[in-house]
Amino acid sequence: MIQMALAALKTQLKNFVQSMFDEGVLDSQFSQIQALQDSSNPNFVDEVITLFCTDAERIITELNKYLGYQSVDFSKLDTYVHQLKGSSSSIGAHRLKLACVNLRQASDDRSKEGCVRALNSITREYCLLRSKFQTLIQLERSIIALETNRQ
Amino acid sequence: MGMAAESQFHVLAVDDSIIDRKLIERLLKTSSYQVTTVDSGSKALEFLGLHEDDTTNPSTPCVSPNNHQEVEVNLVITDYCMPGMTGYDLLKKIKESSSLRDIPVVIMSSENVPSRISRCLEEGAEEFFLKPVRLSDLNKLRPHLMKTKSKDQHQKQEKQEEKSAFQSPKQQQQEKEEHQQQQQASNNKRKAIEEGLSPERTRPRYNGITTVV
Repeated sequence: MIQMALAALKTQLKNFVQSMFDEGVLDSQFSQIQALQDSSNPNFVDEVITLFCTDAERIITELNKYLGYQSVDFSKLDTYVHQLKGSSSSIGAHRLKLACVNLRQASDDRSKEGCVRALNSITREYCLLRSKFQTLIQLERSIIALETNRQ
Repeated sequence: MGMAAESQFHVLAVDDSIIDRKLIERLLKTSSYQVTTVDSGSKALEFLGLHEDDTTNPSTPCVSPNNHQEVEVNLVITDYCMPGMTGYDLLKKIKESSSLRDIPVVIMSSENVPSRISRCLEEGAEEFFLKPVRLSDLNKLRPHLMKTKSKDQHQKQEKQEEKSAFQSPKQQQQEKEEHQQQQQASNNKRKAIEEGLSPERTRPRYNGITTVV
């Protein structure tokens, strides 16, 4: 019985991740991360996603703060976007990474308006990603719970 | 675990990004390396037993400059772009240090800038990896680690031989020349890598991802 439920959950997870690939929300780097998870590190994907989200939220908060000032410190902005772009790339968050590239460009152009638009886009992409990641994590945890039960 | 500690290589990973530290740690452990991660170049130097201002000031309490020998590091892998001390600065400091210069250093960067790559290789970096780093990249580390290991063993053997029998000056000269030849060979290899940057260093990031609607 548990065997069937486990198989069903795994298929659900696989399809869900595939849909994220298809939408361009995730790229192949995420597969690399999944491949690093094994029985000795069963929570690896969960941990990476959690770290990523905490860090991304920290950065987006800072970006909002610095963009809120009368006189924008574009180099500060750039430093933060660079960090977010790096993390996005490392976790395979493809669309979020592209949104970061846009903010970088607007920052290089010293365009406050452009930066505000780009940051809105980043926020949208991040919220979408986070919501999907939450589903993903729930599936992962259910799978682990069943596998632990089985033992 | 029955495995002897000396058969495992110890890698020091330096990156200011918490996600990248987590990833590189997992990648290295999966490749059976012992790993220590730090979040800055200055912490890396501290761990290696070197201080940024290594001036002899007897009044400042400091860690013994030789403690890195107790925590042996076989390779340093570092991010390029870090606040404060960059990976390049760290590389320079390591190569300028008489006690640390033999430790192989690998640089990682999210940006593919050819001048940056050649600058690092010129300064003595063994490899330059584009981020995100993959398991297949880490396979390139082994030869550099094996080289150091065999050199260490050679040095240990030398010391033992010196203890048992006093060497003639001629023998010493021969060994010195051999060592210099080895150095020259590895320098030539580095130049070859520089001049013909292999496509691997500039690999494309996406493998046929469908475009966003």
